Amino acid sequence: MLAGVKRTVWLLRKRYRWDEVLSAYLFLSPSVVVFSLFMYFPILYTLYLSLHRWRLGKMSRTFVGLHNYQVLITSSEFWEVLRNSFYYALGSIPLNMAIALAIALLLNRKLRGMAVFRTAYFLPTITSTAAMAVVWLWIYHPDFGLANWLLDIIGLPRLRWLSDPRWAMPALIIMGIWKGLGYNIVIYLAGLQNIPQHLYEAARIDGADSWACFRYITWPLLTPTSFFILIIAVINSLKAFAQMHIMTEGGPLNSTTVIVYYLYEQGFKFFNLGCASAVACVLFAILLALTVIQFKVLSPRVHYLGG
Amino acid sequence: MYANALASWRGHPFVRRFSRTLGEVMAYVILAVGAIVMVLPFVWMISTSLKEAGEVFSYPPKLIPSHLAFHNYVDAWRAAPFGRYFFNSLFVATSVTLGQLISCSLAAYAFARMNFPGKALLFTAFLSTLMIPRQITLIPSFLVLRELHWLDTYYALIVPFIASAFGTFMLRQTFMSIPRELEDAAKLDGCSRLGFLWRVMLPLSRPTLASLALFTFMGNWNSYLWPLIMTNSQKMRTLQIGLRFLVCQEGGTNWGMLMAATVVVSIPILIFYLFVQKQFVESLTFTGIGG
Repeated sequence: MLAGVKRTVWLLRKRYRWDEVLSAYLFLSPSVVVFSLFMYFPILYTLYLSLHRWRLGKMSRTFVGLHNYQVLITSSEFWEVLRNSFYYALGSIPLNMAIALAIALLLNRKLRGMAVFRTAYFLPTITSTAAMAVVWLWIYHPDFGLANWLLDIIGLPRLRWLSDPRWAMPALIIMGIWKGLGYNIVIYLAGLQNIPQHLYEAARIDGADSWACFRYITWPLLTPTSFFILIIAVINSLKAFAQMHIMTEGGPLNSTTVIVYYLYEQGFKFFNLGCASAVACVLFAILLALTVIQFKVLSPRVHYLGG
Repeated sequence: MYANALASWRGHPFVRRFSRTLGEVMAYVILAVGAIVMVLPFVWMISTSLKEAGEVFSYPPKLIPSHLAFHNYVDAWRAAPFGRYFFNSLFVATSVTLGQLISCSLAAYAFARMNFPGKALLFTAFLSTLMIPRQITLIPSFLVLRELHWLDTYYALIVPFIASAFGTFMLRQTFMSIPRELEDAAKLDGCSRLGFLWRVMLPLSRPTLASLALFTFMGNWNSYLWPLIMTNSQKMRTLQIGLRFLVCQEGGTNWGMLMAATVVVSIPILIFYLFVQKQFVESLTFTGIGG
């Protein structure tokens, strides 16, 4: 026994230098402490809390097993919340990516004044969601807002945008596209700049027109970029909160209660910590599954230049 | 035969130049229309912030106010302590940025250059935090901060953010590209590890540090959910939260004043962005984060 310990110590001594080990641990300690308190402990504690019934302010918490999850799954409210979240994601992402790609293709032609355009497209991405939500709240004003004025000009009937359960989510989607476009454009531009010019030259010599160049060179070589944008966009849109909190407060008729808003409501309005933790765990599972699926299923189809 | 004729027509230098110019004009038109749509909400925000109450509620809306009502800004400044909000935002974002640069540099140096037991395990542990979104840690973090009596203090807004796996990995990559010979030479000259990190590694990693600082600062400046939950007194609010409470308190009537407040909240970061634009776009594409 003692010999074994001695041997281990001897091996460690041989492999490591104690002053190096000590300073390494010292250097890592700030990050480790912060991660432990605000990442590792919380994620475990969320799991633990999700198995309990506990209201903030009450001392006693009761173990209820999977009861919170059962309540969530059987409540139509929670399914509606999930549906809203995916409505928001699917409503904004494809359109956002298509517009971003089109604009990036135009910006990539390197004409004069492109820097000005790029700045214009990027402005919404830079400013905070909170401030922009207030501006769009005013844009969607039913009587004096810009949105209804535009509808009047085109000759379409006015909408009650944020107070109409059918139109509140599309209104948020439009704002979301406007807000997120700049980021996707910049990423697409970077992707476009990585495509070697000689491929286009070769294709031109073979008589390919612009569409063929796009279809057989640009599009396939941009797959990794599109894939990357898709991952980030899905994850980000499932985390949306500020615009719902400021513009609609989840209404009207819960039509814009997305998953993070629901979590916030359960946890910090109704102080239903067990239920809110279960919601957090479901969100975590969804995000984790999405990442895994995207990496496992989609990545073999992604083209990488030069293998 | 038609195809032949078409091909020769297409190949004619004049036609080629013409269709190229046409393409350029089309590109400009589309980009300009898009850019106007992107900028319109900002123009609308600024224009409303300078309108008298009567003009705010006029229809059809006028883009240019008939006379400039700067008093909206004075009203906004009086309606809420924006100076204090601004200080809070600036102080929190700066502290988080500095703290993160320090903790990430130290951790990255350990991972890049040092040999210690449990390195692979710790590395994986760091990596795993990338999979944990803040939203999911919200409730336990709230409870931890409550236990520490840190709720509604600067600590609650700063301390949880002064570590970042992402920053650690970016800096580690940069550190690993710095030749080892430099370190050996420095050691011979009697330079300590910390001294080497400070005098050699960090100056050589300036571009990475700058990108990291930019993202951390902007992300933190714009953050919403965390300060909303972790603070509750007015004096601890950041600009974003202060603006939201002003909107609630106003009930959506005094839009001139509200838009003035929104301008106040969004202008600092826009000016900051215009200064660091080039660096920002480069680092965005380099790191692939943001959004």
